[in-house]
Amino acid sequence: MSISDDEVRKIAKLARLRLSDDEVARYGGQLTKILDAMAELGALETGNVPPTASVLGVSDVMRRDEPRAFEGRERLLDNAPDRDGPYFKVRKIIA
Amino acid sequence: MSQDLTTLSAARVADAVKKGEISAEAAAKAAFDRIERLEPTVRAFLAVTKDAALAQARAVDEKRKAGKPLGALAGVPVALKDNLQLAGVETTCASKILKGHIAAYDSTAVARLKAADAVFVGKTNLDEFAMGSSTENSAFQKTTNPWDSSRVPGGSSGGSAAAVAARFCAVALGSDTGGSIRQPAAFCGVVGLKPTYGTVSRYGLVAFASSLDQIGPFTRTVEDAALTLSVIGGHDPLDTTSAARPAPDVAAPPKDLKGLRIGLPLEYFIAGLDPEVERAVRAAVEMLESLGATVKDISLPHTKYAIASYYIVAPCEASSNLARFDGIRYGFVDRSASSLEEVYEFTRGSGFGAEVKRRIMLGTYALSSGYYDAYYAKAQRVRTLMARDFQKAFAEVDLIACPTTPTPPFRFGEKTDDPVAMYLSDVFTIPSNMAGNVSLSIPCGLSAKGLPLGVQLVADQFGDARLLAAARVFEAARPFPALQ
Repeated sequence: MSISDDEVRKIAKLARLRLSDDEVARYGGQLTKILDAMAELGALETGNVPPTASVLGVSDVMRRDEPRAFEGRERLLDNAPDRDGPYFKVRKIIA
Repeated sequence: MSQDLTTLSAARVADAVKKGEISAEAAAKAAFDRIERLEPTVRAFLAVTKDAALAQARAVDEKRKAGKPLGALAGVPVALKDNLQLAGVETTCASKILKGHIAAYDSTAVARLKAADAVFVGKTNLDEFAMGSSTENSAFQKTTNPWDSSRVPGGSSGGSAAAVAARFCAVALGSDTGGSIRQPAAFCGVVGLKPTYGTVSRYGLVAFASSLDQIGPFTRTVEDAALTLSVIGGHDPLDTTSAARPAPDVAAPPKDLKGLRIGLPLEYFIAGLDPEVERAVRAAVEMLESLGATVKDISLPHTKYAIASYYIVAPCEASSNLARFDGIRYGFVDRSASSLEEVYEFTRGSGFGAEVKRRIMLGTYALSSGYYDAYYAKAQRVRTLMARDFQKAFAEVDLIACPTTPTPPFRFGEKTDDPVAMYLSDVFTIPSNMAGNVSLSIPCGLSAKGLPLGVQLVADQFGDARLLAAARVFEAARPFPALQ
């Protein structure tokens, strides 16, 4: 199986990654090679095997929804490249 | 004490600090003297937090003088892999995209170390976002193997492994998703423990592959690994995947290994296994036998599917976890972008390194419409088969012994152009992550070139204390020299 340049560009778009033409060519070849190495899984019969969701078999962990103090709020906001008071600033998305 | 304090184990440092035989400040100063002398060659650290560490150490000494009880790691110099949050200090994950990101809070493991009076000497280098097996994928620097500076320390927790081997600290934390603690521990001649999944809270660990990630210690003795686990382990309501159990206690080692049943998995002694590694591991197994254990061959038939299934599961989860790095909430943004869409694409395109992008692409592809069943669901089914292999084996044996890595530490650049060859260095460590059980790498000899070799011991889920107790018997019978 071979991944075309167009497919690489489509995946990159889904992943929100800008790639150079060189990267597109390189990743196409490498993904093809990696996926070829994974083809061996196809030969294994797993029709009656459930997929692992949690290795511990844990699901739906609940706790009380109680507010707790968090000291790091200012630090979190300070990490943003652009902030405006208590807000993260983003580019305009409605023209 | 006139002795070099960097040679002491964590248990010994904590004991001496509690008794007032040495000060925490002296232990920290000894660590920084050594770091200043050797770090220019080793390059284990992305940040050295000397001033904060000395202040922390003096506070521990004050606490003792005031007659207050001290914690289990009193005055022990500890390093943290730079994907763990230490409040007020930069967390970069060795990635350009997080450069300048200051941690807003402590991860649970770090908070517990702090409460046990440990002293943080710095943040260590890693493969970017813990993706890699040589630490060469760091965006900032290459860490060298303290035993041979022309070779890699392993990865992804290469900085933590090198820091403990070079005696920059007695303990370092790492994270292990497919072998990222055990493989570098083997390469650097130290002890590396991946606890049972869910034993150590992942709160404050930057997520890579959430169903596989587990925090664990690097140490120079097995006792120190057990001691560290007893501090950082145990249930945490802030991590919903954390097991509802207390931390494993430090179990006293038995006097021998009589009655212990050890299995040797046939699938791990295969063509491609370096003969020196095989010889050292078989010698270690003979030692275990001479200590009273019985040894038998076992089979883990789905081992050969480990790499393929892991390199679907881990990149899928990574592509989802790393979606949060968007140029809006974290350190780095590409300011040439003119729309929101471009902010995401440009920031991620220039902020992530080659291996991280490769895995995001692989994961996005495998999760994209029409491929989910063929890749992610298939890999998770194979994972169930691997877990069943272990269940069957642990019905017959108490521990599994096998090589940690197929080869001794390799040279820089040897595998960087071939992702599949690099992925194969995790072939023996991945199965424990896929099954969520506990495994430990412990030094078992040196190659003819003087390179460290490791043997891996694996126990069933939550067999952590039992595994560590048995490993202490082995270690006492076969002490491994620390690097001079």
